[in-house]
Amino acid sequence: MSGIVSYGAYIPWYRIDRKVIYSAMGWSGSANLLPGEKAVGNYDEDSITMAVASAVDCLNGIDRNTIDGVYFASISLPYKQRQNAAIIATALDLRADIKTADFTGSTRSGTTALAAACDAIKAGSARNILVCAADCRPAKPGSSQEQAFGDAAVSFLLGDDDPIAECKGTHSVSYDFADKWMADFDKFERPTEDRWIRDEGYNKFISEAIAGLAKKQKLLPKDVFRAAYPCLYARDHAIIGKSLGLEPNQIQPHLLDSVGDCGSAYPLILLAAALEEAHAQDNIITASWGSGSDALLFQVTEKIDAIKGNRKGVAKSLTSKRMLSNYSKFLSFRNIIPVDLGVRAETGIPWDQKPLSWRHRREILGLVGVRCKKCGTPQFPAQRVCVNPACKAIDQMEPYRFSDKKGRLFTYTEDHLGFTASPPAIYGMIDFAGGGRNEFEITDCEPGGVEVGMEVEMSFRRKFTDERRGTYFYFWKAVPTRV
Amino acid sequence: MGSIKDKVAIIGMGCTKFGERWDASPEDLMVEAFKEAIEDAGIEPKDIEAAWQGNQFTEVNQGVSGLPLSEALKLPYIPVTHVENMCASGSEALRGACYAVASGAYKIALALGVEKLKDVGYGGLPELSLGMEGKLQALVSPNFTAPGMFAQMATRYFARYGLSPEEGKMMLAKISSKSHHNGTLCEKAHLRKEAPVDLIMKAPIIAWPLGLFDACGVSDGAAAAIVVRAEDAKNFRKDPVYIKALQVSVSSGEDMMYTDYDYTHVEPTYRAAIRAYKEAGVTNPREEISMAEVHDCFSITEAVTMEDLQFSPRGKVKEDIDAGRFNLDGPQPVQTDGGLKCFGHPIGASGLRMMYEEYKQLQGKCGARQVKNPRLGLTHNLGGFPPRCVVSVFIVGN
Repeated sequence: MSGIVSYGAYIPWYRIDRKVIYSAMGWSGSANLLPGEKAVGNYDEDSITMAVASAVDCLNGIDRNTIDGVYFASISLPYKQRQNAAIIATALDLRADIKTADFTGSTRSGTTALAAACDAIKAGSARNILVCAADCRPAKPGSSQEQAFGDAAVSFLLGDDDPIAECKGTHSVSYDFADKWMADFDKFERPTEDRWIRDEGYNKFISEAIAGLAKKQKLLPKDVFRAAYPCLYARDHAIIGKSLGLEPNQIQPHLLDSVGDCGSAYPLILLAAALEEAHAQDNIITASWGSGSDALLFQVTEKIDAIKGNRKGVAKSLTSKRMLSNYSKFLSFRNIIPVDLGVRAETGIPWDQKPLSWRHRREILGLVGVRCKKCGTPQFPAQRVCVNPACKAIDQMEPYRFSDKKGRLFTYTEDHLGFTASPPAIYGMIDFAGGGRNEFEITDCEPGGVEVGMEVEMSFRRKFTDERRGTYFYFWKAVPTRV
Repeated sequence: MGSIKDKVAIIGMGCTKFGERWDASPEDLMVEAFKEAIEDAGIEPKDIEAAWQGNQFTEVNQGVSGLPLSEALKLPYIPVTHVENMCASGSEALRGACYAVASGAYKIALALGVEKLKDVGYGGLPELSLGMEGKLQALVSPNFTAPGMFAQMATRYFARYGLSPEEGKMMLAKISSKSHHNGTLCEKAHLRKEAPVDLIMKAPIIAWPLGLFDACGVSDGAAAAIVVRAEDAKNFRKDPVYIKALQVSVSSGEDMMYTDYDYTHVEPTYRAAIRAYKEAGVTNPREEISMAEVHDCFSITEAVTMEDLQFSPRGKVKEDIDAGRFNLDGPQPVQTDGGLKCFGHPIGASGLRMMYEEYKQLQGKCGARQVKNPRLGLTHNLGGFPPRCVVSVFIVGN
């Protein structure tokens, strides 16, 4: 039996009330003004970092050496060339002999990656595959996308060993329907008229995919626990379900007013939310939108009870949030307002050094240090000579991963001189549970929000961007424990 | 361990006006300090047999190698060595020159420190473009600054000893206010204005909990010393100053990566001081050290240095500060020339600037800020950050 073995979700700390955007920009299409709030990635987050956060949640308690592949779905990939999934795999400290691939080109890519992973496992070419879907999309100020887009990530581990939900089957429809597009020179998505998108596409393709799946699976509407599909238009989101014969309580709440349209992750984060409420034998359909639609049917198993409460997931992440009251700050997070970092940042950014980054990839991307086999002392960065003054053994080290360890803040500062796109720079000395310490930046917090002794977790983030060489530098920062 | 005590003497010193020397190049600063030093020693440039040049930010218009010094001063084909050990670079130049004459290899040696920080184009210290230990460190460390790394010592000190931010910042304000007063008495100092504690308490925050007045001046400057073997010293002047101890201690990684370090002191300072006291034959530093120039890059650094040097018991420096122990009229004055805080901090020059003050104090030439009957003076440099640093502790006397 193959299917979903584990899941994890990530919704960034910051949210913005759409009224804050509207009051700053106004908007000509006020009839279509969206209600509620949406999730906003911090200045140091992107689709890769959020995917890693959701994957860390998903892999909680799972031996990472058993993972056979990573599929990453996103239409806001930080790199056009340099595989984004490989960065995620390194950040997660996975084995090298695995399959990795990026799925992109459409908001349908999340379900496509999920279906591809199911197929690979059924075909026997992998024991399991980690599917990550994330989007963190900039939108043109004043645009309808700016109202709609939310940032989020979700991960599923697909495997053939005791799944929490069995993958029963898939059905896809593919159309070159140009509702929204980006050419290779575009910074922002371009839309066309909503009425055409709604009536010719949205109201047809998702229904077509789900109906096709139900026919293949001989599934009746009454047998569906939840159908989870994106909401582009609130009224029509309900109409799609009704047209399929579903009652309102069989349609997974769309989260448009709390997370927003999170692109490739959208149908999958709704699937994760449905799993959190599901019980054994429940049938969950997830369907996507974008150049057609993929529909997938999962049947929940008794194993669902074992995972409940052990994941940060969707519902808990939704409750931990910070409202952004400042529209300009929101724009600066996606570099739509480029913030001056000062001359200090120009001289301080080390020039790119690929050999060094490659040699130390486990430390830089994976936060992997060493532990002394003689005295047991964990240490970061990796050392040859043990740092314990009572030991000092030479070359007795084994790799030791710090990224999944909690820590305590030993001391800290709020630095108004150090360069950051979101001053002040907050950083401090972290003591890891189980041993080891070093200085780390602290993110997802505001001045006055940290104190000596507080618990922190590690989070993969953009450390800085070297625009001259087109390189994002990633590293791990500490965040005050949220969930 | 052997000892350098009373084997080497300083017979001449020079120090430029410190400050924002927009008028001067590093060459100008080196000539200015050198000229005063050879005039003070009563020697000619041709008498110098070897030289050491201390400087950290070679990329800020200084250049690498010993060439900048030999070319600026036109020293004729003698050995010139560039030394770099962060904020202890000037002290390292002096240590090299002292060991050279003590070995008998040379009779007269020059130590000169210089730094041209203000050409960098922004406030604060220049960024270390390579990090302290190469690129990897830059990629896996916060984009930290010196104020931020020392501020964490104040955060932890306050937390450990139960000081409210108000109480802690008041303790630090008294340190800076004292140095501002001393700076007004020193013509070559960078900052020469009184700073009352209420002004200091209200100053903008640079890196919490440290504010503007908790940080030292970022300055241009140079300082120089001429050293000879002790037995030759009286041939040059009647009041040479003798080297009693030259100690350096460098972090070994455990403070940053192991979990025992308390971040309320600087271990290399404590270790270097113990060795320096042993070398100089000092058994009770609180009573025997007449005065000190310590590395007050930040007010909190001076506070914990008083404890690391055993001038104050652990956790008790606040009582000594409140009692005025380290003021000019107190029993153990520190920063008599204003310290890094007000005399300024051109990194490579600072160790020799400190020694310049101790030298002049021991010769009784300090006028309004003269310490009464000084016997032993101590200088202390701290380069880097509390958990990862280079420290020098030198002791001189007459």
